[in-house]
Amino acid sequence: MSLSSEHQGGLRPSTLLNDTRYRGLTFQFLALLAIIALMAWLGANLVGNLAAAGLNFGYGFLDEPAGYDINQALISYTSRDTHLRAAFVGVLNTLLVAVLGCIAATIIGVVAGILRLSKNWLVARLMSAYVEAFRNVPVLIWILIIGAVVTVSGANPREFLGEEAARGLLFGGFAFTNRGLYIPALSLGPGAGIVIAAALAGLVGAILWRRAVPRTLHATGRLLPSWPLWVILIAPGLLANLILSDALTLSMPDTMSNRFNIQGGLLIGKPLVALWLALSVYTGAFIAENVRAGILSVSQGQTEAAAALGLRPRRIMNLVILPQALRVIVPPVISQYLNLTKNSSLAIAVGYADLTATLGGITLNQTGRAIECVLLLMLFYLVISLAISGVMNFYNASVALKER
Amino acid sequence: MADTHAESVAYVRDGFLPERPAPARETGVVGWLRQNLFSSVPYTILTLATLWVIWQLGAAILPWLWGGVWHVDSIRACREVLEGAAGGCFAVLTERWAQLLFGFSYPSGEYWRLGVAFVLLGVCLAPVLFPDLPRRLLIATLIYPFVAYWLIWGGTPLAAVSGLAGLAGGAAAFRTVASRGALLGGIAGLAALLAIWWIGGELAAAAPGFLALPPVASRNIGGFALNMILGTVCVSLSLPFGILLALGRQSRLPIIKIACIAFIEFIRGVPLITLLFVANVVLAYFLPPGTTFDLILRVVIMITMFASAYIAEVIRGGLAALPRGQYEAADALGLDYWQAVRLVILPQALKISIPGIVNVAVGLFKDTTLVSIISMFDVVGMIRGPILASTEWNGVYWELYGFAALLFFVTCYGISQYSQWLERRLATDTR
Repeated sequence: MSLSSEHQGGLRPSTLLNDTRYRGLTFQFLALLAIIALMAWLGANLVGNLAAAGLNFGYGFLDEPAGYDINQALISYTSRDTHLRAAFVGVLNTLLVAVLGCIAATIIGVVAGILRLSKNWLVARLMSAYVEAFRNVPVLIWILIIGAVVTVSGANPREFLGEEAARGLLFGGFAFTNRGLYIPALSLGPGAGIVIAAALAGLVGAILWRRAVPRTLHATGRLLPSWPLWVILIAPGLLANLILSDALTLSMPDTMSNRFNIQGGLLIGKPLVALWLALSVYTGAFIAENVRAGILSVSQGQTEAAAALGLRPRRIMNLVILPQALRVIVPPVISQYLNLTKNSSLAIAVGYADLTATLGGITLNQTGRAIECVLLLMLFYLVISLAISGVMNFYNASVALKER
Repeated sequence: MADTHAESVAYVRDGFLPERPAPARETGVVGWLRQNLFSSVPYTILTLATLWVIWQLGAAILPWLWGGVWHVDSIRACREVLEGAAGGCFAVLTERWAQLLFGFSYPSGEYWRLGVAFVLLGVCLAPVLFPDLPRRLLIATLIYPFVAYWLIWGGTPLAAVSGLAGLAGGAAAFRTVASRGALLGGIAGLAALLAIWWIGGELAAAAPGFLALPPVASRNIGGFALNMILGTVCVSLSLPFGILLALGRQSRLPIIKIACIAFIEFIRGVPLITLLFVANVVLAYFLPPGTTFDLILRVVIMITMFASAYIAEVIRGGLAALPRGQYEAADALGLDYWQAVRLVILPQALKISIPGIVNVAVGLFKDTTLVSIISMFDVVGMIRGPILASTEWNGVYWELYGFAALLFFVTCYGISQYSQWLERRLATDTR
């Protein structure tokens, strides 16, 4: 009693430190003061330094003409366009290589991860060697090595030309030349919008069908067949394209009309090929490890229990093993996607014009606006990584074990 | 049983047959091959495909390794020796060996210092790495950073000695005063530390030639030594910061928690290369006018921040994996926060986090190659810059990149093997 009255009597400085009720508040207050002081000090230095250098912080320079060329752009771009447009070209290029890389890395990683668990000794060893070789060597060195491989390889385009070409197009549509990789281009005719809409409708229908299967199973006990899924997915787009007489066509690289170079098709530059290949093979090794760990995490008892219930091997895989393994596999794989996106900032090493090379490279060097450029660059990657972790949290919440 | 059927069964065997060896096709090399490589038609196809891949790789790489040229002085001389035959031009490695390891402007008479520092690193890390060695050897680990600083950068050892003495004096002051209160002890320790450092600084300034090694500027350090320095320094510095950040993120004090979360998520959200850009071109704007510190120090600061955020996340995982009962038991014993953290929580949380910390360390060591992009001459920077740009060696890609890859592979593979060994050793709960 006397103790509390003493406290009410007067708040001595030592009370703030020793009384557990106030100590937390005191420390937080001190921490806040320290943070504010640090920020103020850095800010004051910044203002002083900028004034001394005669610079003023601002993004006006983004409207000035960039004055440099970009070898591969998804949107039309010339050197007379602004720095802002150059940065936007960089953003699209980053996203392009990130998406392509994620797809390829997933395929490589899943195949390598499963093969590493194979009972075939030789295959398992080869895959271990692949995983260890790529995981233990810096990605920059792999980008440089694969960049060098891609630079020296590729045939002269003339070898593909003419009636009696020395080389044929791979699958009738792909040619790797010393200018880059030629692939078929998608050309949109009149009515292409309808075809795309029909294809999307097919996708929605397929999703609905997939949801309907377990619902009917639980409601009526009748198991619907799975083949209509593929019909619903593919048929609308295909039919619409047939009816509209090929509104969407693939235009193949043309080796006949010109005597010097391949015409038509889509040319993917060597830097993109090199970066894409390097990032996907490197990240694939990490994904392979995640896949392997995920599959191993499902205990043998689960397979045996499912077999005891009378499920067939395919259903055991689909209904018992995969859902449990995916819960373990997907979160680390998503963070590998994030790593791949961040590693794509090394594009500068092979001369691919991603955002780090345009905004953080040439624009920064030309305008000298270091702070503004680096801030924008960080902001872009932050947004991407927040978006990806948002997806991951959503997934984790949706597959979380529903406990009591 | 046997006698009930004695009249119906003509003959009942009453002894074992001698064991026969397993069929030849199921044992030995043949059996192993059948089981592991050719057990079914798809596996056989897979095996043959793999053999084909290995054959292709071997046919490309082995003659190149075997027919390599080791002692000429330029790529043209290499081509003349090879005369079109397959073979690598490894002469670039022997000729530029010192540059690849130490950079191109470290004084060549002083290479031994980096060599000694590297060997000592192995010796002084051993007591940390192998728990069986006597604990007293940890003193060597404690002294090592100061010795290494003196060896690598040169100058008088007084600065390094006073740095060490300051830490020792500070710790001693803290020990003596801490019984009167941790805060008082902290203040006393800090005062002692600063006083000794100040005296040491004055001494070093007064006698710059005392036992001095020729000083070497940071920008003259390069090659694989730079990767090693950056990797070791940043990993060791980021451990304490990472622990503090992880504790801060778990703290019940909202302001500290928010500050830690913001820092960690920001750093983890941006690529390392942007942080290196900050070190290279932006950091100078945030420091008082006229401060110049060298690029290595700026890079060390940024990489340490980067690594701390990742290590903090790993340790947070370890903290979260501890059962709630451990925290409550520490509280029940009457330990205060720091005692509980030091004696109960961290020893267990760190043990759980070891594999993750090693992963971060390996990743960070690999990422030190990124400094070549802001034109520092680490091993990759040396290859891309001075060596490939020279007229003698322009065009020797595979040998150089292969060598760099090999250096990193040996180091990183070694570290991960060690971590697996340590994990097995520390597994006290499962026997």
